[in-house]
Amino acid sequence: MAESWGMIVDLDRCTGCQACVVACQSENNIPINEEEHFNQRRAIQWIRVERYWEGEFPNVRARFVPIFCQHCSDAPCEPVCPVYATYHNSEGLNVQVYNRCIGTRFCANGCPYHARFFNFWEPEWPESLTNQLNPDVTVRSRGIMEKCTFCIQRIRRTKRAATKSEGDSSAETIFANPELERALSPACVNACPTDTLVFGDLFEMLSARRAGERLPKPKNRAQEIVRRELQDAENGRGYRVLEEKGTNPSVIYLSKVDKETVEEAVSHG
Amino acid sequence: MLEHVQLDQKTINKDLLGGVLGTPSWWLPTVLFLTLVVFTGLGAFGYMMNKGLGVTGLNRPVFWGFFLVNFVFWIGISHAGIMISAILRLTQAEWRRPVTRAAEVMTVFSLMAALHTPLFHVGRPWRDFWVFPYDFARGVWPNVRSPFVWDPSAVMTYLIGSSLFVFIALIPDLAVVRDRAKNVWVKRLYSGLCLGWRGTPRQWKLQAVAGILLSALVLPVFVSVHSIVSWDFAVVIGVEGWHSTIFAPYFIIGAIHSGVSAVAMLMALGVWMWKLDKYIRPDHFDAIARLLIVVATTWFFFFFLEWVFALYTLEGPEIVLRELQVFQWPYSALFIVFIVTAYFIPVPMWMFKSVRRSAFWMLITTILVNVGMWLERFIIIIPGLLRRQPLTFDWGTYHPSIVEILIVAETFAFVALGMLLFSKLFPLIPLFDIKEGMTNRREFKIGRLTIPATVRE
Repeated sequence: MAESWGMIVDLDRCTGCQACVVACQSENNIPINEEEHFNQRRAIQWIRVERYWEGEFPNVRARFVPIFCQHCSDAPCEPVCPVYATYHNSEGLNVQVYNRCIGTRFCANGCPYHARFFNFWEPEWPESLTNQLNPDVTVRSRGIMEKCTFCIQRIRRTKRAATKSEGDSSAETIFANPELERALSPACVNACPTDTLVFGDLFEMLSARRAGERLPKPKNRAQEIVRRELQDAENGRGYRVLEEKGTNPSVIYLSKVDKETVEEAVSHG
Repeated sequence: MLEHVQLDQKTINKDLLGGVLGTPSWWLPTVLFLTLVVFTGLGAFGYMMNKGLGVTGLNRPVFWGFFLVNFVFWIGISHAGIMISAILRLTQAEWRRPVTRAAEVMTVFSLMAALHTPLFHVGRPWRDFWVFPYDFARGVWPNVRSPFVWDPSAVMTYLIGSSLFVFIALIPDLAVVRDRAKNVWVKRLYSGLCLGWRGTPRQWKLQAVAGILLSALVLPVFVSVHSIVSWDFAVVIGVEGWHSTIFAPYFIIGAIHSGVSAVAMLMALGVWMWKLDKYIRPDHFDAIARLLIVVATTWFFFFFLEWVFALYTLEGPEIVLRELQVFQWPYSALFIVFIVTAYFIPVPMWMFKSVRRSAFWMLITTILVNVGMWLERFIIIIPGLLRRQPLTFDWGTYHPSIVEILIVAETFAFVALGMLLFSKLFPLIPLFDIKEGMTNRREFKIGRLTIPATVRE
């Protein structure tokens, strides 16, 4: 059974604490971003928390939007790669094959989410951190692209573990067991203290959405949220970033709920 | 109508082989200087290859910079060759004769210069050959949906086609050089190169047929090469201002604009540097300038259309991009320079006969056009990449580094150096073509008026 991995980002819960960024950085062997890298605009952050200010002083609000690869079903980065370094796999993941990449950076221009990163320099770690590198993740070299993989190494490892212990590696089996679910979910999801990020198999939801049909009965927690928030255009909070570009992303954002809007809704109630 | 200057064959040989059999005094210093620039650029490339693309001004999200601008520019210049030698040959425009070879040679060298870019700008240049369906051991066929796979095939097709074209047209002239060479080794070299040319009727026929066939075969490339280059941008939905269906014809006409201007520039340089004023006459400049007025105005129409299409949607990001291109420093200044040099100075000037017939003014105006057309590519590529788009967190800036500037300078020096070396080895103006033109010329007297005419069998 093919999955279509997807993520839900509840912006109402996000506090902008950056735990996901740190978790991703250490899980995926991302080089340390020093001040210099940010000044050069070449920092690599597979997940970044974009901060926007809204409103006029004194009613200013910070908005936090975690942005990472949206694993689009119709990804604009995929058809432009001349060497098939990026392609869509059968699990709905937009995967990056580092060894194939020659670094044309065509994909990065294609991506409207700016989710792709180029290794402008040979990545380096301080001596003290070399033993911290994750052995399951390739250490990328200079001159190639990289981006969020939805922690594909965790997905693979958990599927193997599930086959061993439960005799089945389907998403249902894995999500029935909280321990396996935790092992499968990407590092950012596990690190998030406010449960902003929810990872799951959105196959039925995404394919129904793509075909323009009603969303079917949910099979797991992520699908439940999607059904609740994306189905109802009036009251649901679900949306996909830059969906109008036709990229069909696999990440669903739930919009922020302001105190005022809630109060207004209650008073009109 | 071409003015009549009849020269005998001896004069033609002496004048046109002057560059090959003798050396102008400015030639060696210029070549040495250009070699220095080329090697500096190659050194910069070596440095970049050693350290990584970090030494450029590229960043996120401005992933493409000067290199891609330069790539599009040189592909544009290369369109001169087809325009002049294929289209004008097939339409039998008489004034093409002295410029065909220079245009074709410039095509070959500018294509090579354009090929520098894909070689230099990728992250791992030593793996460039992976875009060819060649390395079967990898088990991965190149992704034929990607314009970066079409690019090398189109450019290579064009390069092979125009190299053959240059060579076919060279053969009779090589034989002339062979017959006049004094040094035995030089004689042997040209004997080999001219493939045993004896000037028999059969050889002339084959040579003419090959020339016409190649011009006809290379015509599709005329449309395809720059269309494909434009698709490098047009297929990208992530960058505002690139995703436009008009890009292919717009790029082609822009390429012809810059290419034909470059040919006119070469003609003026030929008059100035090689004193070829007996062959490149004011009426040749007149003819190419008339062509340029038409091409430039068509290009301007497409430029205007592109703006109409962009603004017609009234989409926020698109309007922001256009504001950035026109009103924000430094793009505003570049935009003004671009539009003025690419159209508003040269075209009104070409309206005057005295400008059209003056090598000096044609040199100035055509250099202006090419400055403008380089900036046009910059204005298309860079402001879009700054991504002034809804995700404001990632708005970019771009400042080219010295490495990029050196490599761009290298491509210009490379083309100039190539042309100069070529001019030392081979005549830049086709001898046989000029002679053929002279043979075909007749004068008809109608009353007191003498009318020059071209007679074809």
